[in-house]
Amino acid sequence: ALPQTVKIVEVGPRDGLQNEKTIVPTEAKINLINMLSESGLPVIEATSFVSPKWVPQMADQVEVMKGIRKKPGVSYPVLTPNLKGFQAAVSAGASEVAIFGAASELFSKKNINCSVEESLQRFEEVMKAAKEAAVPVRGYVSCVVGCPYEGQVAPEKVAHVAKRLYSMGCYEISLGDTIGVGTPGSMTKMLEAVTKEVPVSALAVHCHDTYGQALANILIALQMGISVVDSSVAGLGGCPYAQGASGNVATEDVVYMLHGLGIETGVDLSKLMDAGAFICRTINRKTSSKVAQATCKL
Amino acid sequence: MGNVPTTVKHCLSYRQIIEEYPWFRSWLQEEKSITKHDYPEFVKIVEVGPRDGLQNEKEIVPTRVKIQLIDMLSTTGLSVIEATSFVSSKWVPQMADHADVVKGIQRVPHVRYPVLTPNIQGFQDAVAAGATEVAVFGSASETFSRRNINCSISESMLRFEEVISAAKDRQIPVRGYVSCALGCPHEGRIEPSQVAEVAKKLYEMGCYEISLGDTIGVGTPGSMFKLLQKVMNDVPISALAVHCHDTYGQALPNILTALQMGVSVVDSAVAGLGGCPYAQGSSGNVSTEDVLYMLHGMGIGTGVNLDKVIETGDFICNALGRRTNSKVAQARNRTL
Repeated sequence: ALPQTVKIVEVGPRDGLQNEKTIVPTEAKINLINMLSESGLPVIEATSFVSPKWVPQMADQVEVMKGIRKKPGVSYPVLTPNLKGFQAAVSAGASEVAIFGAASELFSKKNINCSVEESLQRFEEVMKAAKEAAVPVRGYVSCVVGCPYEGQVAPEKVAHVAKRLYSMGCYEISLGDTIGVGTPGSMTKMLEAVTKEVPVSALAVHCHDTYGQALANILIALQMGISVVDSSVAGLGGCPYAQGASGNVATEDVVYMLHGLGIETGVDLSKLMDAGAFICRTINRKTSSKVAQATCKL
Repeated sequence: MGNVPTTVKHCLSYRQIIEEYPWFRSWLQEEKSITKHDYPEFVKIVEVGPRDGLQNEKEIVPTRVKIQLIDMLSTTGLSVIEATSFVSSKWVPQMADHADVVKGIQRVPHVRYPVLTPNIQGFQDAVAAGATEVAVFGSASETFSRRNINCSISESMLRFEEVISAAKDRQIPVRGYVSCALGCPHEGRIEPSQVAEVAKKLYEMGCYEISLGDTIGVGTPGSMFKLLQKVMNDVPISALAVHCHDTYGQALPNILTALQMGVSVVDSAVAGLGGCPYAQGSSGNVSTEDVLYMLHGMGIGTGVNLDKVIETGDFICNALGRRTNSKVAQARNRTL
């Protein structure tokens, strides 16, 4: 049976914009987040407290955090790769954070310059500080069904990393198909392994649409009891491993499917599309959402 | 807990979990009843690019390009390739060269090349040109039928009866299509019973297979499930196919739903050729490449070589001067 409600975690302002070439002015980022807040989304990932050297798009992290109009009942998590980032986030007013692990050793080395185990140890510091500050932490696992360097990823490895993050204290673990290679086949196998170690109510899926498989993968995840889905308004954010190809799945398309299934999301699709139209105009790009493309032209 | 080894910390956290969530233990011991799906072992892909795809492309494609497209598709392992449409060239100029296409293609053994035949005239022309399989197109929506083929559903059924009768005489198999199966651009909502009625009629008249078309791509797994549940009562599941449009990005989850319900025939178009005439600029047919990627990833056999289809897609997109709609092709072409 499918869940009655699905919580959508909107990652456009962070994961989306981070992977867009055009640097977006702070004001536009704030406006985007405010519009998303109005659309009924319960969780909006606002920014990333990573060094601006690495991710110039997120250099205005503090201004964004301080500038947004926080809607009551909506969470605005931010990425914190280490303790320093965590402290900066909290001073800027963040009340929820997220940490990123990988299921692939090579990916971890190439992306954050250390092994998976080393990265988890770094996060322990963040976890400790977060516990003391009563700040909830969300854990991400990337490369859950494929890695740009290692190729296939063993479901058991994903389960292991997910379990570690969960037992460290992350309240939710988002499983990311970083390069979008997953299919209902590999998703099922991976979820079977992970659900043995982490309760399904604490799991989320973060599917990329690089091979057009995202919605099918999300449907399979829902059928297996998952009720939290990450997506990005207008499908913002390309794929850094397949230039020009798409990355995040579009929130509009996910919401369309969920509503068609009679599943509640609390999201107003037309307000969401307004936010999508705004950000696409701002960065001068065409939306990656098929729903947005279709609806505009009827 | 600074001096405690990680492994011990790990166990202590687990204990904490069990304390805080008392259901956890029983959850571990309970047998998880995750819905396990039985998927077909093999899915037949019906390639509609050369007909449904090109028909909805603005650029008129030269005959030799059409022929080359079909010949390339014939080498990919596809077993059914819809070649053209014997409809009046007044209505569909893109298909004016139908006879030349049928005569010009290199027929590969074990590959079938159905053609659309809207009426007896079209059927006779098709047979004269050498067609050995035909298809007829019904609609679940009265308004769509009237606007599209200028007659009511029941009038169209009479026309099709003529075609099917003539086809039977020549032992030519006939495939039936039902358009607007999940929604109509004019009427909006379409009830599954409307679709079932038309599907049943076509099947009883003698069509060996009925393809249910989500003409404007508005369907979702929710409406697809309800549709198939109803139609399955009137037409055996083995005689059903789904023809999903990707206008709202729902094609693959809709196809997945159909597979879960036992459907094992899927229509698609190479490179996702063919836009949507009701949502200008939007996509129409689902890409064969993307469907194959999903099916193969699920361990479902198709007999089709994905790389060859991608190659064919590249060819026709170059010829049309347009970008592919297939995400798989886009990703493969750009992977660093």
